[in-house]
Amino acid sequence: MLKSLIIGIFLGLVAGATAIYFVPVVDQARERSIVEVTPNGGNKEVFHANIPDDRILIGAPDQADPVPRGLEWPRDELFANARTELFKLRNTNDIVVGIASRIAASGSDGSLVEWVFHLPARGSAYILMRPEVEDQSFRDGELRSGTREFADRVGVVSERWVGDSTGAADAPAGRIELSTSFVATPEDES
Amino acid sequence: MSKHILALVAGIVLGLLIVAFAVFYNPFVSEQTLSPLAVTDNELVQLTYSVAAADAIIYTNDGESQVSPYPPKVEQLWEPTLRSTTATVNVLEDSRGRTVGIGVKFASKSEETSILDGKALVDSVWHIYVPERGSLFIQQQENYWSYIHNIVFPAYRSSGDNWRGRWLGNITAGPGPLGTGWVAGGSGEFEGIDTAAVEALSAQAYTIEQGPVAMVGELTIELPPVAVSTTEQPQ
Repeated sequence: MLKSLIIGIFLGLVAGATAIYFVPVVDQARERSIVEVTPNGGNKEVFHANIPDDRILIGAPDQADPVPRGLEWPRDELFANARTELFKLRNTNDIVVGIASRIAASGSDGSLVEWVFHLPARGSAYILMRPEVEDQSFRDGELRSGTREFADRVGVVSERWVGDSTGAADAPAGRIELSTSFVATPEDES
Repeated sequence: MSKHILALVAGIVLGLLIVAFAVFYNPFVSEQTLSPLAVTDNELVQLTYSVAAADAIIYTNDGESQVSPYPPKVEQLWEPTLRSTTATVNVLEDSRGRTVGIGVKFASKSEETSILDGKALVDSVWHIYVPERGSLFIQQQENYWSYIHNIVFPAYRSSGDNWRGRWLGNITAGPGPLGTGWVAGGSGEFEGIDTAAVEALSAQAYTIEQGPVAMVGELTIELPPVAVSTTEQPQ
């Protein structure tokens, strides 16, 4: 019987150590990247947020109908000219692949419009947009920094509003479309 | 025969418990209590926030985790790709307790988590706006092993399902070589800077039901020295 106990302890040790070593503790769900390779333009990928469905937060003072309901946005004068928004981010198949924050503000230090994309299985990207709108339809910006898949990349992003054209009763009012085009930096390629 | 099977099963359970004990009390896992930025001569920006979900402007997760989203009607991150992610928006204060900015934090459980190495990792980013100063992006990998070891596990062991005490620890574990996070400045006085940051937690109370109750997070950001020209000005 003692022999069985010792064999059992040994098996338990091996099984426990093997499980801890080989079974992943975290396994993020992944969606296939939908990337288009553009001539001399890097990898183009388009994300969007359906409005209002994908909106998590509108952080701005004095909202009649706050998002989310029950939100208490700080009344501090400091934030009078700032707007912070959170969205779920979808790929071109309309599947949620991440989350994004958008901060727009104006003050004595100038105006800013910025995005942070966070795609849990892929990484994050920090994008600085030009405050002015081009051709009254879109805004351009550049990748400032990124993590994991977006590290050591350079590229451009454009943001535009696309209204719903289907007219369907359950269709969203429109979507914020974010078109990214990133390419590896020379150091990363070597 | 049945005695042998019972002994074998008891042995397996004992073996598993020994592994669990050895992993949890792994003597090769060290705690980093001193901030890598503690010895810098450069100027530091300190931003603090309350870690308690109910003190946040919003806090959201998959809706099935230990800590409930706040406010209750906030959209939950229930989609498969977001299930291991939390999003928090906090008011940030300076070291004197004055409101100075807004911070958005996205945090996802990291696939690099390794229990054998004492790494309970989270990949997180901060998007920070400090009015009249500028904006920042912080990326870091956090290690919650010490936090789990010193706060969460004792709370589960306690008959009152809570922990009270004083614990201060760095949670930033990379990607910088000294265990610092990376900072990219966006606008204002932070425009163009690339520097380091460390996030620490100062905990006083934790409950199984609500998670952190009395806990303050502190972000320390190192500002690179301003370049000063040594060339004499023409008279």
